[in-house]
Amino acid sequence: MDQKKLAIIATKGSLDWAYPPFILGSTAAALGYEVQIFFTFYGLQLLRKNLALEVTPLGNPGMPMPMAMDKWFPVLLTALPGMQAMMTMMMKKKMAAKGVASIEDLRTLCQEAEVKFIACQMTVDLFDLDPADFIDNVEYGGAATFFEFAGETDICLYI
Amino acid sequence: MANFDQELDASGLNCPLPILRAKKTLAGLGSGQVLHIIATDPGSVKDFEAFAKQTGNELLESREEGGKFHFLIKKA
Repeated sequence: MDQKKLAIIATKGSLDWAYPPFILGSTAAALGYEVQIFFTFYGLQLLRKNLALEVTPLGNPGMPMPMAMDKWFPVLLTALPGMQAMMTMMMKKKMAAKGVASIEDLRTLCQEAEVKFIACQMTVDLFDLDPADFIDNVEYGGAATFFEFAGETDICLYI
Repeated sequence: MANFDQELDASGLNCPLPILRAKKTLAGLGSGQVLHIIATDPGSVKDFEAFAKQTGNELLESREEGGKFHFLIKKA
């Protein structure tokens, strides 16, 4: 049986959206898939050595908030300074309490399982990002590089 | 509980950690050896079935006892 393949495009740079690419990538690798994750635009934040990912309740009516604040707290006030930091802190605390792995851990597990990370060269240039800020073993490539692998995959996800 | 060669306590860990830890532990076992996994994540019941089906390792036993889930997986 040929080895199955999974390609993921990671485009989001917030703490909540950092989870799907790394959870699915590491799990697929554990199931025997060959996996590549292509990081583009804000998804490149997930490759930083020092992650500073946050969640924001702003513009996200589906996000459960402490004390059922999502039901009664005025939307405009979620834009107040400090709200994002507070929500991020509470989210991280909740995740730790529920035994959910940190993004750093899941990312390491992906790398240990030989999930290949590819950074979008165009976005790196566009935002003047410094590859020295990224973790090791990241490759750089463009759309054609992505399709070379994606064209042969069984599953291809855009996150 | 049947005999096993190694035990992995994944209590308190959430998806996908029990599967990832199991995969890692199985890598250290020989063919035919049995791994006993203990988990508290209710999602792990279906996940270990799916893991066994997709990796070819056999799920010998899956049961709940005292609020914990126990699995026996035989390495292919």
